[in-house]
Amino acid sequence: MATATTPAPAASPTADERLVRRSAVARLLARPEMGAVVGAVAVFAFFAAVAPVFTQLSSVATVLYGASTIGIMAVGVSLLMIGGEFDLSTGVAVVFSALTAAQFSWFLGTNVWVGVGVALVVSLGLGFLNGYLLVVTKLPSFIVTLATFLMITGINLGVTRLVAGGVSSPSIASMDGFESARSVFAAKISFLGVRWEVTVLIWLALVVIATHLLVRTRVGNWIFAAGGDDLAASAVGVPVKRTKIGLFVGVGLCAWLLGMHNLFAFGTVQSGEGVGNEFLYIIAAVIGGCLLTGGYGSAVGGALGALIFGMVNKGIVYAQWNPDWFKFFLGLMLLLATIVNLVVKKRAEQR
Amino acid sequence: MTTTTGTSLVTMRGVGKRYGNILALQDVDLDVQAGRVTCVLGDNGAGKSTLIKIIAGRHQHSEGVLEIHGEERTLGSPREALDLGIAAVYQDLAVVPLMPVWRNFFLGSELTKGRGPARILDVKKMQRIAKQELLDMGIDLRDVNQPIHQLSGGERQCVAIARAVYFGARVLILDEPTAALGVKQSGVVLRYVLRARDRGLGVVFITHNPHHAYPVGDRFLLLKRGRPLGYHEKKDVTLDELTSQMAGGAELEELAHELEQTDADSALIADVRAAEV
Ligand SMILES: Nc1ncnc2c1ncn2[C@@H]1O[C@H](COP(=O)(O)OP(=O)(O)OP(=O)(O)O)[C@@H](O)[C@H]1O
Ligand SMILES: [Mg+2]
Repeated sequence: MATATTPAPAASPTADERLVRRSAVARLLARPEMGAVVGAVAVFAFFAAVAPVFTQLSSVATVLYGASTIGIMAVGVSLLMIGGEFDLSTGVAVVFSALTAAQFSWFLGTNVWVGVGVALVVSLGLGFLNGYLLVVTKLPSFIVTLATFLMITGINLGVTRLVAGGVSSPSIASMDGFESARSVFAAKISFLGVRWEVTVLIWLALVVIATHLLVRTRVGNWIFAAGGDDLAASAVGVPVKRTKIGLFVGVGLCAWLLGMHNLFAFGTVQSGEGVGNEFLYIIAAVIGGCLLTGGYGSAVGGALGALIFGMVNKGIVYAQWNPDWFKFFLGLMLLLATIVNLVVKKRAEQR
Repeated sequence: MTTTTGTSLVTMRGVGKRYGNILALQDVDLDVQAGRVTCVLGDNGAGKSTLIKIIAGRHQHSEGVLEIHGEERTLGSPREALDLGIAAVYQDLAVVPLMPVWRNFFLGSELTKGRGPARILDVKKMQRIAKQELLDMGIDLRDVNQPIHQLSGGERQCVAIARAVYFGARVLILDEPTAALGVKQSGVVLRYVLRARDRGLGVVFITHNPHHAYPVGDRFLLLKRGRPLGYHEKKDVTLDELTSQMAGGAELEELAHELEQTDADSALIADVRAAEV
């Protein structure tokens, strides 16, 4: 299982004379993440040319770290998008998770691992709530998660002011369990003479798991079906509602992982952070070839989208340009990638 | 099949359905038997779809009695109906367009191997079975890996029917499977209906075309404005009678128009009859 795919894998068991054999290239081009592969290579080549330092191993580690902080969320968001839904609350959900862990253990004076556990439950609960509201009200996920986005934004600010009396969470760096939690969620691993952030590993592991889930399990089949045509899916007995709720819970899990990293990497969190990041995750998924309307895409695509994000973000710094231009490049990438995806998909579908 | 021909699978007595203050269906009696094709005929809005949605678990009846395998029931969901061996194939929502044929074939009833967290899809086996099942039913697909939206309407319809048959449906409901199809494609689907019948399934075949219904049907239920207009055994009714009952006395103009098209349709009937023997 080397590649992620929409369900369009493997050579056919028996050949047929009406099947004009498509070349390996044509079949590769038909993959949903193809546009993102081309984009990633182009962006890499571009920055490698304008800033030679970009190709050094230490720069690669920095770029991958930046990519992983988007990529971890992009995994959950990509699956959700393939399942036909959006989540606008993801940006603040990450901060919400970190704030919960920090303030719970600080306020009650517990070991921070207790806070970490509580944050996990709360994050999964928030995902469940999003999914549950969606299937019960049958409102579009845009509306449901816009509402939770606003509420969580308010809770983050309000509760932090109540508990800590300010806009940042109390520092938990000296509390019991902080060091051990830090060595898990914010570990640095020496390899090839460079220090790599553990989030890169977490990110890659999530991509592998998500890809396996999508392509090789029943749940993966249900995700594609729920996003592709939910009525057809439920008519043949697919538990569409449970699948969608599960996808939101998966996003909650990703938010918890990233939230814990942010908390233990810096020891404290700003309650107003996270707003706007939800779009970065969605952009990564879209650049990676996930169809906005659902039913098509891959986890690897979302990862490539995050990688492009990381490269542009850090590449601008290495090229010593003003980072003000970052958003412009991101927008341009999004536009180009989606156009490429569209063209690739159209051509692939023609026989 | 264990059921013998003629066993009642689904029985309706005085069934009615209201949508708010709209009476979509009233006083319908129906008996779906194993190894027989029951045709439901009627004009647009006559209540045909409503009738079968009740049997398929997508809507619940508001009056009367629905018996399945001899037991009185109200079906809460399509899953519940499927578990009782009732499978419905809809013109519009039979398949997920972007998914490959084999994934559609096994959707909701996927085959797996391994256990616990190591449980994965048995892709090879599903591809092989899908290909073989379709071949057995006379559909020779190029490639079961192609997205199903690339198939023709008739082929798509047949995949959905083959799927229902493979998963052991005892009652097969087809909502206007031939409505959007050309003569030849209709012939393929109608032939398929007969194969399902010969396997001992009870088939409910919805159509507004008596020329499609008559050659394959054993019984005919005519609906008009939500009410039964007639319920005939094949031996008691001719195609002409069926057609004129459907059209109604006043709508002779329409009838004449319909009859003009019998050129193509009689060829179709001959086609289907040939498959019958
Ligand atoms: N969900 C619904 N809510 C309200 N009214 C409905 C609903 N579904 C159907 N109806 C009404 O019930 C009547 C019967 O509809 P139905 O879909 O059963 O007709 P039909 O015989 O299948 O027609 P067609 O040949 O056009 O498919 C129609 O008048 C329709 O407007
Ligand atoms: Mg209808």
